[in-house]
Amino acid sequence: MLGLTTDEPGGAAAELERRRRAPAQRVQHVLHTHPALSPAIILLLTCVAFTLLNDRFAAPAALSLLIQQTAVVAALAIGQTLIILTAGIDLSVGAIAVLSSMLAAMLAAEHGVPAPLALVVGVATGMAAGSLNGLLVTRVGLPPFIVTLGTLSVFTAIVLIYTGGQSVPGADLPDWLTWTGTTFPLGDFRLTYGVVLVALMYLVVGWALSQTAWGRHVYAVGDDSDAARLAGIRVSQVLFSVYAVAGLIYGLAAWVLIGRAGAASPNAIADANLESITAVVIGGTSLFGGRGGILGTLLGALIVQSFAVGLSLAGVDDQYRLLAVGILVIAAVSVDQWIRRVRA
Amino acid sequence: MTTTRTPVLAARGLVKTFGRVVGLDGVDVDVYEGEVLAVIGDNGAGKSTLIKCLTGALIPDAGTIICDGREVTFRRPQDARDAGIETVYQTLAVAPALDVASNLYLGREERRPGPLGSVFRMLDKHGMRRRAADAVRDLGISTIQNITQPVESLSGGQRQAVAVARAAAFGSRIVVLDEPTAALGVKESNLVLALIERLRENGLGIVLISHNMPHVWQVADRIHVQRLGRSAGVVTPSSHTMAEGVAIMTGAAAA
Repeated sequence: MLGLTTDEPGGAAAELERRRRAPAQRVQHVLHTHPALSPAIILLLTCVAFTLLNDRFAAPAALSLLIQQTAVVAALAIGQTLIILTAGIDLSVGAIAVLSSMLAAMLAAEHGVPAPLALVVGVATGMAAGSLNGLLVTRVGLPPFIVTLGTLSVFTAIVLIYTGGQSVPGADLPDWLTWTGTTFPLGDFRLTYGVVLVALMYLVVGWALSQTAWGRHVYAVGDDSDAARLAGIRVSQVLFSVYAVAGLIYGLAAWVLIGRAGAASPNAIADANLESITAVVIGGTSLFGGRGGILGTLLGALIVQSFAVGLSLAGVDDQYRLLAVGILVIAAVSVDQWIRRVRA
Repeated sequence: MTTTRTPVLAARGLVKTFGRVVGLDGVDVDVYEGEVLAVIGDNGAGKSTLIKCLTGALIPDAGTIICDGREVTFRRPQDARDAGIETVYQTLAVAPALDVASNLYLGREERRPGPLGSVFRMLDKHGMRRRAADAVRDLGISTIQNITQPVESLSGGQRQAVAVARAAAFGSRIVVLDEPTAALGVKESNLVLALIERLRENGLGIVLISHNMPHVWQVADRIHVQRLGRSAGVVTPSSHTMAEGVAIMTGAAAA
């Protein structure tokens, strides 16, 4: 066994090997036990660098904008994190959020449904759409990639057929739906109620992941589903619940999206799938499941957005943001692979 | 005392067929508390089928299973678990990224007392950690020092020890181990064998399936030899040598 050879007193070669390995293993161990640490360091470095380039970056106005702009992707990325923790992937994130937002907006603006009811129907539709993904994954046994690739097209088509491709302008929307875009001052900052809602979602889901048996089971199922089954966990029940909860989160994110955009558009957040996956991956959650968490995802979403805000303040072309994000994604997955490899 | 004791787990006339293949052809087996019953046999002799019937992973076609003198029917592994029978599977049922304590309680997490547990479903993390540390210490698994370290940072023997500790912590009567030393080195095998002996001292009945004859002869009290779906006899390490045991197993000699 490899693990035993390092225990042997051994010769000079073993001693050299041990000395060479020790610091790297210590770093690896720390990153392993605190998966949010590497994105936290990256975010800190990013903020310091952009402040040095242009000190307006650290001003409350820029930071407020950064937080408001991050809210929608950060909300969607909570659901994406849950699914990726179970070793799945969700390509229908954006489609579900748009479906929820358009349904709520159309019901309220075109069909005269009371705003709170339209909102509830919209959010519930998100949950139903997520549940459909969950049913296809657990009952039909299809891979999540295929299921959500299919429902991505299905939900997008439903929205376009239902709306005829037309947006609902902000003027037609009741206050209930745009409430998430209302700003309020917090010290020198200006936040929206949408930001507060997203923060609450992070608290609730983070708490459920770390403090309940359900959270443990989500990790165990993603880690090794056979082992989880043998340990007595109802794997398909846990998987289904994850997709349903993710759908509910997308429905709530849709509300934040309406507030942020000030309107409901079937063409909103076209890049939501890739942006949410990027936030999760940069946040240190493993695409192979069972490792990571939503604190990292929040940091990941903030990193991506700070590149957008920072580079534009520094007067740099937006293409460089894409370049930087691409490099970060590859680096983040490399670190994850490294953490897995040196063990065992 | 030995004449009157009843087996904690017994089976009579177990039959299990898979289409035209006969897995078990009327097998009797008895497991007493505080003993290690080894099950040996060639590939296809019915060892795994026997064990799966005893632990609820398979439902026998005929025959009875008697637990503490009462006839029972195991329809799924959870039924056997509820009866105090824990199984350590050959493919270790541990989640690598979770820590030792979480793995010990995987699938039967304990909640906090009061409304925090019943309404908010909060886990009793500290309690589970404390009890997991107690369980590990009671078993003398000194190589696992930190109950909060992830299982994947452990060696193969230590992981096996975690799986055994979980079975021991929850198996109130019987612990079934399927090839627990198959993937382990010498040092690590000895750790697991010592663990098995400690479980026996604690009064549990142990069923040990193994291909490793020296290990079987080292720890077993009785050895059930399975051959071609039938029981070829029950021997003991003192009555038979390893070579004689293998001869019975392969059909070269009778028990």
